[in-house]
This record gives sequence, structure tokens and C-alpha cells, in this order.
Amino acid sequence: MSIPLFLVLAALTVASALTVIIHRNPIYSALGLVSTLFLLAVLFLGLDAQMVAVLQIIVYAGAIVVLFLFVIMLLNLQVEERSSAAPPLIGAAALGGLAMGGLVILAIVRTQFGAPVPVHAGFGGTEALAERLFTVYLLPFELTSLLLLVAIVGAVVVGRKRA
Amino acid sequence: MGIEVAIACAKAVVMLLIALQVMAMGVYFERKVSAIIQDRIGANRAAIFGFAGQGIVNTLVADPVKFLLKEDVRPAGADRLLHTLAPVMAVVPAIAAFAVMPFGDVLEIAGRTINLQAASLDVGILYILAMASLGVYGVVLAGWASNNRWSLLGGIRGSAQMISYEIAMGLALVGIVLTYDTFDLQEMARRQGELIWGWLPAWGIVYQPLGFLILFAAGIAESKRIPFDLPESESELVSGFFTEYSGAKHLMFMMSDFVEVVLVAGLVTTLFFGGWQIPYLGREGFHFPWGSTIALPSLVVAVLQILSFSVKLVFFTWLQIVIRWTLPRFRYDQLMRLGWKGLLPASLANVVVSAALVLLVGSRA
Repeated sequence: MSIPLFLVLAALTVASALTVIIHRNPIYSALGLVSTLFLLAVLFLGLDAQMVAVLQIIVYAGAIVVLFLFVIMLLNLQVEERSSAAPPLIGAAALGGLAMGGLVILAIVRTQFGAPVPVHAGFGGTEALAERLFTVYLLPFELTSLLLLVAIVGAVVVGRKRA
Repeated sequence: MGIEVAIACAKAVVMLLIALQVMAMGVYFERKVSAIIQDRIGANRAAIFGFAGQGIVNTLVADPVKFLLKEDVRPAGADRLLHTLAPVMAVVPAIAAFAVMPFGDVLEIAGRTINLQAASLDVGILYILAMASLGVYGVVLAGWASNNRWSLLGGIRGSAQMISYEIAMGLALVGIVLTYDTFDLQEMARRQGELIWGWLPAWGIVYQPLGFLILFAAGIAESKRIPFDLPESESELVSGFFTEYSGAKHLMFMMSDFVEVVLVAGLVTTLFFGGWQIPYLGREGFHFPWGSTIALPSLVVAVLQILSFSVKLVFFTWLQIVIRWTLPRFRYDQLMRLGWKGLLPASLANVVVSAALVLLVGSRA
């Protein structure tokens, strides 16, 4: 991916992410989230990670945020009132934000960037991903599926009519 | 470099034109097939210089022009931005999904071998699923932004319905992926050119009959048309999520419906009915199982394949329209029961059986 293209996409991604937290209307926040996730998928495409990009859209943009929207509409959430937090809270938040930003900059400065490594053919495709997933990362993969199973059972238990 | 870009653009334009032409035929079928089924004559009035073309002028010229010229009404209290954005978000993903649909094998011309597919993507099938899942935003946003209770109910129904049927659709695709051992639609279409017992084309329907039924049913549900048109449901919700749309925006929602119909037809054709394959037609011409051969140049083969793909597309578009005018609408609980208790377990069983067969017999790869 060329540098100008990356910069435009990155700027759009950051703008969408800011919409999520700044906008007062919950629907627009949710749409900002969709747009953030979609642009992240495009950035993944630029890194030759086709599989991750498509899964990102199917799972997050196509399913999870739709459910967010569904809930927002069902509860009929209105535009939020602007409320000001207590000054100590704002101060703490600003301090935390600055510290976090400082850490990120420090990490970038400290890292030794090597020359870009050319990727082999099929990188980021289904086969390459599956091979790593089912050999090196088999245990974490299976544990994650167990976690998902627990969540599904939990949802069924919560959703059941009480006898 | 320049010629590569030109070829890529040409392929995209060809695919887009095939999709939109078949869509237009779908609109025509919608009017005429319904008329025949209901023992009416159907659209036949509008004519240009006395030429009505059996209603073609009416459905494909007069109606769109009328839609485009109508006033664009936006109800008071509607969200300006989202009300305008919603129809675009409905129609764009549906059209974008055609990018990975193969419409022919290869064209050898002037020393180049051109793969007849707009975008050759390793994850083609998943890309189509991703685009189909983005289509739901148009429905949901239209329902919310219209500031109308019928619209909101339609939008909520639409989002629940589309998410429910996407699951069955995705699982139905797993069976076909197991069979052909690839996500690339072009590769799948090529493998369907092989022959079983030397004469039967190895089309997906032979290996995955249940997968075909599930995908077709879930696909019709995704396109939100009768018998699955609960989000629209004009007897209860006026016109559901697009009640408050008029003129060109209304036309865009109609268009997204029909483009989705063609998309389902394309998916069914490519996965289960050989895509652009014609039985016994290879890259050099026909090789019949009884031994005779007819040699054909690459250009003729490519044209025949594109024709074959288009004819199959038209057939499955027509079939969906016949289904739409034959069945009555489901009740909402029946819709959910069919999706979650009918198609989902059936597709899970299909995955298990397919996986077992692949393990015992081996995939087609």
C-alpha cells in the first residue's frame, strides 16, 4: 500500500473512531464503529491479509454492530445530554491520556525498524492462516472455541423462560 | 501497466453489465410472470412510436423514468444524512459482491491469458458473504432515519431476519467449500468441469443437493422478497422500511432487491450449476464422452461460456420470481422457526455429512 493511500485511510479511520466516542447520537456512534471496522479491514487488505480483512467485515461490521444498532433502536435511545464531569475526573482523564500517548511515542522511538521483508506467495490467504492456526496455535484456538461455547450456553440459560 | 488497467476495467464493466441486464430482465419478469400467474395481461400500455414490445417499454423505460422524475419527499423529523445514505448503503454492497463472480474461464487473445473474473480473490466466497452482511445497514438505517413507526418496525424485522438467515447461508457454503477444497469461486467453477464416470458433469448439485436447497432458501430470505418479505409486509407495515421513500431513492431500494435476486442466482449458478461451464466444453472446444471432438477458437469458447453463465443467471432469476408469485408470506414466528429450527440444523447436518464423506472418499481437489 502506498504511503499517501495509507495516510488517507488512517486519517479516516481515526476520524471514524473519534465519531464513536464524541457523537451525541448513539446511532451515529454505532455507524462510526462500522466505518472504523470497515476501514481497518481495508488496512488489513493493504497488509496482504485478505482472510483477516474479510473476517473482520463478516464478524464485526456485518453481525456484531448490527446487533448494537438493533438494541439501540429497540430501546429507542435518544440523543445524549451533554453533561460535564467533575473537574478532578477531567484532570485524571487528561493525565491518563497524555501518559498513554507518551508511552506509544516512546515505543515507536525505541523500536528498531528493519528493512521491509517481502512476503511469500499465499501470505495472508486461507491456507497460510489455517496452517498456523491448526498447528502452532492449536491450543489457544481450541480454548477460544471452548470460551465461545460457554458464552453460548450462558446466553441460552439467560434467555430461557423461568419455569 | 496501462493495458493491465484497461483489461481490469473492461472485466469489471462486463460483469456489471451482465448483472444489471439480468436485473432488468428480472424486473420485466416480475411484471409479466405475475400477470400470467394471476391471469392478467400485465404492463402493455406505454409505447414508443407504437412499439410496446410486450410491455418491455413499460417496465424498462416508462417506469424508471417516472421514478426518476418524481418528487423526492423527506418526512419532517427524518434524519437528513441517514435518510439519503440508506438507499446507497443498500444497493452498493449488493453490486460490489459481483466483483468475484467468474463469468468465463480464460480468454487467450494476442498472447495474453485473461482470467474472466473481475477480481480474483483467494477468499471469494467469504467476500460475497461479507458484502451480503453489509446490505443489512441499508434496511436498518432506512427504518430508523424515516422517523416513522412502520419503517422502524420494518427495519428491526429486517435486521433480525437477515442475521438469522446469514448463519444458515454461511453454513451451507461450508459444505461446498469442503467439496471443492477452495474459497475461490473461479477455481470452484473450473473443478465443476470434471466428469464423474466419464459422462456426468461434476456440478455442485451432484455433491451438495441439500446445500443447494438451503442456500437457495436462505438467499431468497436475504433478498427480503415474498415469502420472506416481513420487513416490507405491505398489509401490516404500509411498505415497511421504505415507506417514507419516493422517487429515485425508492427506485434504489427496488434495485437493491432485484440485484440481490441476481446475486443469489449467480451464487447458485456458480456453486451448484457449473457457473460458466457447458457440459463437455473445454478450453480447446467440445470433447464428447462418445469420443467425437469439435475444436473451437478461444474467443468462441469464451463467448459461449459467458452466454452459458448469463442464461443460467436468467433462469434462476426467473425461478425466484415464480417462487415469489406462488407462495404466500410467512408469519413472523414461522419465519424464525424455519430459519433457526429448520435451515440451521439442516445446514449443520450437511456440514457433518460432507466432512465425513470428504474424509472417507476424498474431496474433488
